[in-house]
Amino acid sequence: MIAVYLLLLLSAVGILFFGLLGHKDDIGKLNTRINAVSLAITVWLAITVFNNGTILSSGKAFLVDSFNVYLIVLTAFVGFTTSLFSAPYMAHEKELGKLTEGRLKLYYSMYQGFMLAMYLVLTTNNMGIMWVSMEGATLATVLLVSLYRTPESIEAAWKYFILCGVGIAQALFGTILLYYAASQIGDSENALLWTVLHEHATQLNPDILEIAFVFLLIGYGTKIGLVPLHNWLPDAHSEGPTPMSAVLSGLLLNDALYAVVRNKMLVDGATQSHIAGYLMMGFGLVSFLVAALFLHRQKDIKRLFSYSSIEHMGLMTFAFGMGGSLATFAALLHMTVHSLVKSAIFVTVGHAAQIAGTQKMAQIRGLIKTQPKVGWGLLIGTVAIAGFPPFGVFTSEFLVLLATMREYPWLTPFLLLGIGIAFAGLFRHIQPIVYGEKPEGQSAIKANLIPVIVHLGLALWLGLAIPSFLSDWFSQATLLISGSAL
Amino acid sequence: MNIESQDLYTQAILSMSALVGLTSFLMLGQGRLLRLIFVFAVQGLLLTLTTSMAAFSLDNPHLYISAVLTFALKVIFIPWMLQKQVLAMNMHRDVEALKNNTAVMLGGASLMVFSYYVLQPIIHTSSMIMLNALAVSLSVVLLGLLLMISHRQAVAHVVGFMSIENGLFFAAIVATNGMPMVVELGVAFDVLVAAILFGIFFLHIRTSIDSLDVDMMNKLHEVDR
Repeated sequence: MIAVYLLLLLSAVGILFFGLLGHKDDIGKLNTRINAVSLAITVWLAITVFNNGTILSSGKAFLVDSFNVYLIVLTAFVGFTTSLFSAPYMAHEKELGKLTEGRLKLYYSMYQGFMLAMYLVLTTNNMGIMWVSMEGATLATVLLVSLYRTPESIEAAWKYFILCGVGIAQALFGTILLYYAASQIGDSENALLWTVLHEHATQLNPDILEIAFVFLLIGYGTKIGLVPLHNWLPDAHSEGPTPMSAVLSGLLLNDALYAVVRNKMLVDGATQSHIAGYLMMGFGLVSFLVAALFLHRQKDIKRLFSYSSIEHMGLMTFAFGMGGSLATFAALLHMTVHSLVKSAIFVTVGHAAQIAGTQKMAQIRGLIKTQPKVGWGLLIGTVAIAGFPPFGVFTSEFLVLLATMREYPWLTPFLLLGIGIAFAGLFRHIQPIVYGEKPEGQSAIKANLIPVIVHLGLALWLGLAIPSFLSDWFSQATLLISGSAL
Repeated sequence: MNIESQDLYTQAILSMSALVGLTSFLMLGQGRLLRLIFVFAVQGLLLTLTTSMAAFSLDNPHLYISAVLTFALKVIFIPWMLQKQVLAMNMHRDVEALKNNTAVMLGGASLMVFSYYVLQPIIHTSSMIMLNALAVSLSVVLLGLLLMISHRQAVAHVVGFMSIENGLFFAAIVATNGMPMVVELGVAFDVLVAAILFGIFFLHIRTSIDSLDVDMMNKLHEVDR
């Protein structure tokens, strides 16, 4: 348990430290080191949970079980590799004169603030605190979206702030209804603890929980980027600094989905019906299809990949909604590989935009000729995210398809159609970017591609052979979420 | 249900929810920013009163703390900050011409009916009073959304945002006698940070578009044009 406290404390110290002393030259390296230590702590935590099972802190304030522990490790991992990329990237942006020292300080301080909020969402056992930290994540990142202070970035940040703030307010209403239902069966002091709620789920009033889930899904769904609540997402991803896009796409969306799934487990227990699942399936499928279509009409490279994120989050929401052991297993795997691949893509996209000096896709050309590593990284990343074998995304999408064919065969054509449209949408834009002639005067930049290689390597590994400890883990989490073993 | 047959506390809660609902409607039709902020402060004051009443009648000391927090944040700090912005931008004389004011008010009324309809199932498990209180809270949330849709000024958006928070807070007090202390402190902290961030944003928006009219922020589109 001490690992959880250490983890939270470290990020909290990070906020203060960078806020006060962020003007040092090697600040990027320090940020990397803090994240490396966090990663080590989470691995330690994971080993403990793997050996001893679920941990509940003495005051019941924190809960680490097989579902959230792997997300905690994933969060720390992506946080660490993104910080590896962000150090030279942000230094380069400062050299270009896009950022002042004060804003760099803000950036690093809020990077840790965001990580703290993410760890808190994942580790807390209290549904109220989960809401508070989810809102905290918005507050920490909103000033980062407008870090460049261009009119576009301020517009994006304002949209992000208002839409996510209002959206997540609905989730608070849902949480209040949940608390209301729980306080009817007594013990109001602990009535928001997930463990208590889960234990008594069958006694909770199904009518109230159904209403509550609608609000919770809309609230956290805004953060997941479900259509039609997704408008903030492409703006925030495209206007903020690229490392931020990587962590927003790789972590924030996952954690919002995690919150929805936690709540779904309670609602399923209370209603003994599939109503929550149907809602998630509907929202998920619509998001998946709409985002796939939107891919075709993008001009900005970061917007392109944000729509791809919406598409994949839609697919995960759909799979979690379908329930059942196979679909849940697939959704957990998809969460992991999507995070890995998408953050790798954003890293290469960041480099590509720095090489070309713009994010407009029409002006980024000939990447392989300019800097082969970046070009190939982008191409392989796109291949992976589009769901080609042998990468992990193929495995998880295939499993989702398989589960759909088993449970709801008539939905399979929609999924296949969506995957096809998305593939076409990505490649019509990416193909001329990586191949094509190199424009005059375009030259290579200093790039750190270790995160890309590591992430894509892991995604490849997960596609070829899932290591046994990981599949054990996913099976345990599947058992916890869906109630049936694979 | 006869209101006179209820005990005094219930009667007071019901009156309070009526008043809170009324302030939401007042805000909805308000074109002058300073008055909008004033009505918002009144709503905050009503919340403070409700909280202290609940604290007194239930003998629950931690509700006094949240009453003080509400008073400090919603009645003093946020209205003061918004008022300062309005005066600094010299917008206090402008009257925002609201399009379709009648339609908006009618929409507001139907949202209130809708809230009652949505929460109808709750009546099986609890009293009529709970339904009233929860439905009013939900309609305050929805009216806050409508306020944001129908107004164009960023200040009005912030008022709408914060009044949504008021509605949620009211639900928490009335339905469940307040959330656990740690959650309530967390929510108050979030509101405080959000308010400060809004202040920073006003500055940025003003320097970037020289106005606080959010309709001028229209550079980003869903698809290429």
